[in-house]
Amino acid sequence: MRVWQFSEMPYTPAWGLDTESLRVTLPNSNYDPKLGAEIYRRQFENYLLADDLGFDLMSNEHHSTATCLQASTSVILSSLARSTTNARLLSLGNPIANRPDPVRVAEEMAMIDNISGGRLEVGLIRGTPAELSSVNANPARMVDRFWEAHDLILKAWTSHDGPFNWEGEFFQHRQVNIWPTPFQQPTPPVWVTVGSASTARRVADEGHVIATLLGGYSSRSTFDAYRARTLELGRPYPKSDRFGYLALVSVGATDEAGLERARLMQPHLDVSLLMPQQFLNPPGYAPVEANVAALKRGAKGSLSTHQQVGSGEGKDVMLGKKLPSLASVKRSMDQGLLFAGSPDSVLQQITDFSRAMGGIGHLLMLGHAGYMSFDDVADNIKLFGNEVLPALRELPEVDEAELAAERDELRRTVP
Amino acid sequence: MFLDPQDYILSRMSLTHEKSAASLSVRDIDVHGVTTELYEGGSGTPILYLHAGEGLRPSAPILGLLASAGHLLAPIHPGFGVKPRPPSFSTIGDLAYFYLDLLDQLELDKVAVVAADFGGWIAAELAVRSTARLSHLVLAGPTGIKCGDREDRDIADMFALGRAELIELMYADPAVSQVGESSLREDFDGLSDDALTSIARSRESMAVFGWSPYMHNPRLRQWLHRIDIPTLVLWGARDRFTLPEYGASFAAAIPAARFEVLEAAGHYPHIEQPERFVEVVANFLEIKSSSVVTGRPS
Repeated sequence: MRVWQFSEMPYTPAWGLDTESLRVTLPNSNYDPKLGAEIYRRQFENYLLADDLGFDLMSNEHHSTATCLQASTSVILSSLARSTTNARLLSLGNPIANRPDPVRVAEEMAMIDNISGGRLEVGLIRGTPAELSSVNANPARMVDRFWEAHDLILKAWTSHDGPFNWEGEFFQHRQVNIWPTPFQQPTPPVWVTVGSASTARRVADEGHVIATLLGGYSSRSTFDAYRARTLELGRPYPKSDRFGYLALVSVGATDEAGLERARLMQPHLDVSLLMPQQFLNPPGYAPVEANVAALKRGAKGSLSTHQQVGSGEGKDVMLGKKLPSLASVKRSMDQGLLFAGSPDSVLQQITDFSRAMGGIGHLLMLGHAGYMSFDDVADNIKLFGNEVLPALRELPEVDEAELAAERDELRRTVP
Repeated sequence: MFLDPQDYILSRMSLTHEKSAASLSVRDIDVHGVTTELYEGGSGTPILYLHAGEGLRPSAPILGLLASAGHLLAPIHPGFGVKPRPPSFSTIGDLAYFYLDLLDQLELDKVAVVAADFGGWIAAELAVRSTARLSHLVLAGPTGIKCGDREDRDIADMFALGRAELIELMYADPAVSQVGESSLREDFDGLSDDALTSIARSRESMAVFGWSPYMHNPRLRQWLHRIDIPTLVLWGARDRFTLPEYGASFAAAIPAARFEVLEAAGHYPHIEQPERFVEVVANFLEIKSSSVVTGRPS
């Protein structure tokens, strides 16, 4: 299993200023550039530490939010491409349904792939509802736009005979001929984040890696949809390297210390979705049928496009006046959103979770979240890197004997 | 003012029942391969009613009242009802041409177009293309043009506002926002799945047609001079979603347009003051028939 260290680079000093929204509407007067610059400096230090310890590194992208200072995955990864030496670098990802310029995405990613000497992995993602406002992207028809952008990027990477023409529904070009081409041929590995079985099937058609983010145990059905579709296509049973999963990870010297550290991280789950309903459910983002169901629940009902996460311990947690209880930490662990404890415990939890998923090849590790200090993060990364990562790297991709029955069952369901 | 929505519903139900609700029929109509539902009733002057962006409200009194004033044709915009949006429809022009085709297909002449909100935008786009089959145009709180500077917001950002904020901006009487097939109800008890589907699909289609540029066509205003038929621009005095000043600018761009403000109404004067609305419209259309509803029992 590969492990990808990741931080959203939260700007926690602004957390709690608005218990209704940390996204879209929180004025940037609450951002202090001097403090922000220091946050970036410490974040890159921890990225380099993780590189030294044998982690791979992940970046993402969010906008207009105090939850994440990674406003451009290209900027973060182009810096890491120069300053790291060993780690593979994952963008998860480029919100291509929100970008007006997929060809530019293809160029930027090709550049980073060259600069890093072929260490780049490219996630192409739809993006969360709150991301639409910052670029004025239309939530309606996003999925169609996503796949047209995807097709254009793939074609831009793999066409080498001079300019090609693209007059699609959403994107128009007459001279596509990118320089540089990707270092890895024909393309860097491509990832897509997935939250539903239908999308998983579509991604299986492409053979890309799929990842679920904080999807918990329900991720299994998503992964199985990918596996089933792959078999339908007459291809070999997909290896675990096609599957990634993102969770919070907290390691301590003892179980108690790991759980206590997790209390600092758990607020990530409480504040992540803090935004007014209209930004959580913009028109057309979710299908009409899902919105009909939400209307039936009335004004107080919400659209369940996201799993219910968080401690549910109310405003004091959101305001940072109080940390979530150990009970809510354990609830997140039960949901598969958080692995926490001593190195041995965490290793066991991850191994068990992978087993429950039918085998995952990539752990996307939120080793920094919530109110952790940078020293906490460094300690977390060191403990994991020294005492958990070596064992995970040696983990057999899939336990053939143990999973054989489940695989056979899945095969039986495929025509 | 009705403090209790139920009183409002009852008062409206008795009125529509008395006048005309029974005379409305609904059928599917196919226009060049695009099927939508058409509500129809009454006789006399053909009136094409183009509903607001929230969707057609089949139970709204306005339909029956208009059917008592003329031959009402109230189609559901493609993509605003139970049927899926035609995949090839993505601009306001698609809707304008759809309705020009519909008028051709039904061979209707001297049609009065009565349109509200987003429907008013469609009507204006339709009329700058051709008024050949039209006699009059009534635009009630239309969107569709840009008047202010680039940093002015002529039309409130419906996609960035919460329900309570929208009710405040759109209604003179908030209680009215809680009745019928209103999209801003606190709860939707008693509405059919079809009604809920129409509300949800309308919201999505508003994004398709009006996300960006937001609820307007930057090119429309310069062509409004082509509207060469008598036009009435109606505005709710308490409309804060689109201010009356915006309406006055809209009217000023159309040569034969009159601008009129209805008291005690917000962005939906056809919903909040349906009797007064139809009375004003009937006067404008010079419909003299005694059957025109004025709110009095006949």
